[in-house]
Amino acid sequence: MIKINNLHASIEEKEILKGLNLTVNAGEVHAIMGPNGAGKSTLSSVLAGREEYKITDGSVEFDGKNLLELSTEDRAREGLFLAFQYPIEIPGVSNVNFLRTALNEIREYKGLDAISAKDFMALVRQKTALVGLDSKLATRSVNEGFSGGEKKRNEIFQMAMLEPKLAILDETDSGLDIDALRIVSDGVNSLKSKDNAIIVITHYQRLLDYIIPDYVHVLFDGKIVKSGQKDLALKLEEHGYDWIKEEFATRK
Amino acid sequence: MESNLQISKLKKFSSNFIETSLSLKKEIILHSKQILENFDFPTTRDEHWKYTRLTKLSQLLLHQTSNSNGVSLPPLNNSQVISIVNGNITSYNRIEGLSITKFSEATKEKINLIGKYVPLDGNIFNSLNTLYCKDGLFIEVNENQRIENPIQLTIENNEQGVFSPIRILIHSKKGSSAQFLLNFESTCESLSLPVFEYHIGQNARLTVDKIQLESNKAFSISSDQVYQERDSYFKINTISLSGKLTRNNLNILVDGENCETHLNGTYLPKDDQLIDNHTVVDHLQPNCNSSELYKGVLNGKSIGVFNGKVFVRPNAQKINAFQSNANVLISEDATMNSKPELEIYADDVKCSHGSTTGQMDEDALFYLRSRGLSTKSARTLMTQAFIGDVLNKIENSEVVEYVHSKLIELHDWTEL
Repeated sequence: MIKINNLHASIEEKEILKGLNLTVNAGEVHAIMGPNGAGKSTLSSVLAGREEYKITDGSVEFDGKNLLELSTEDRAREGLFLAFQYPIEIPGVSNVNFLRTALNEIREYKGLDAISAKDFMALVRQKTALVGLDSKLATRSVNEGFSGGEKKRNEIFQMAMLEPKLAILDETDSGLDIDALRIVSDGVNSLKSKDNAIIVITHYQRLLDYIIPDYVHVLFDGKIVKSGQKDLALKLEEHGYDWIKEEFATRK
Repeated sequence: MESNLQISKLKKFSSNFIETSLSLKKEIILHSKQILENFDFPTTRDEHWKYTRLTKLSQLLLHQTSNSNGVSLPPLNNSQVISIVNGNITSYNRIEGLSITKFSEATKEKINLIGKYVPLDGNIFNSLNTLYCKDGLFIEVNENQRIENPIQLTIENNEQGVFSPIRILIHSKKGSSAQFLLNFESTCESLSLPVFEYHIGQNARLTVDKIQLESNKAFSISSDQVYQERDSYFKINTISLSGKLTRNNLNILVDGENCETHLNGTYLPKDDQLIDNHTVVDHLQPNCNSSELYKGVLNGKSIGVFNGKVFVRPNAQKINAFQSNANVLISEDATMNSKPELEIYADDVKCSHGSTTGQMDEDALFYLRSRGLSTKSARTLMTQAFIGDVLNKIENSEVVEYVHSKLIELHDWTEL
């Protein structure tokens, strides 16, 4: 699905990713954990195509294509989805209107006909129910006046609407209470299939009680320094990140 | 003094124009002549023209014409149309509930109403209109008449170099209600110089949608003078879609209690277009509400000017006056000059004003693109959302659709 090889990225001359390697296959859920400042958000930004970041070395292959050569919108059209850590409020732009445009531009890219208004509204009803989003929120301006939990739920609703091949959830658990966390996780789990993959980026392991990862990676100082399975997340929860810092900072 | 010795730019400019043969009041004709004798084109040293250069306008060689072949079609289906081409009033049908009279055929009594609230002092454009206006129309909305369908005026200039000083007086009589659509269009280098006088009678209601779709070579300097009596409602939405140089002077005198006044506008200049809105709301009487919302999106090397003044006179207690101007610059080279002003002489009022100018939110654009929208669609959506606040004030959905279709054409928007 995605193969990240020796990825180096910097912002304003400061190198953040320093040779990151990661391979994710269809049907898998990967968790990327790490302390603050390790480069977790940079990774999601770079994959989504934020232009402030400069790629200085390495490659990213997404479903056989060179991801780094694609524009942000073409990455989305190829099936990459980023659930934002801080979803943007866009006053005056209706959630469903923009999603209909997005869906149709993705369909056009794939050579498919536009979705009819009737089918689209049926899809909206189905997917709002799936993620427990109030259907009134779906028709309001994008994220405007939404609570933290509603914003995150709206991200998962958009994910459900666009049915991406690879979804990256960037700190989707931050700011969620336990009920919201469960609803969001249930939504994500119901979207899981053997044909798609999910990367969960998180600081805490509690989200991983709900979205069970196949693999857990530790990102530190711009690199994946340790990979394992679910138990690695529990170890991080128990011992914090200090042992990682000690082990890998000294090796430099 | 020196300028008196040589021929002024203004005299040269107006050398081809033909003085009106209408029997307007002697005072206003003399007054206009005197202004045109003693003044020249304003310069950027003049407070009211600080950001709007008239050099190119003053160099035009314009003429008046009797050619009245129109080409543009009215955009609304269910409306009643009056059309004016190259400054000439062409056909108009009888419209139920309205009394329409040409100035040239009007009684002395009516003629004497012309110019009552149109300031001439130091104002060469109102003076030019007064002195050179060929003919005009009185449009009266009869007492207690409620006219459902919009009344549409198309004001079109299609002859190269035409000078079109049209004049319209709309009198909404007591208890009446009507809705006008003013469609300004041009296809060539020209100067549109309309003066509209509005008299809103007691308990009358008037809504005006003014749409300016002028050629990239066309100049337009318009003057709207509004007088409101008690319990009246006036709303004007000014949509400036295109034009080389557009200056709108909108002056509203609220001279009765319990009035409501709404003035909204949006402008989307591009290339080297200039759009300048100068508005004045003058509250003379207590217990009134006024609200003003102007929003602009500026592209290319365009220049925008907003100057909005609200006066609350000593007697005008319990006034609610709200004013806002917001702008987005979508190119590096666009400029906006915004100056909201409040002058309050009463002590029990609620007034607010504000002005913002910024860029399009890059994070929001990225967010939309990350969902698969092209940059063009994302920008279109964001622009639509921004000016949507103003377009939502237009009650007639056909007008909104028409504006929308023109914006798609003019700005290469995605059809969403």
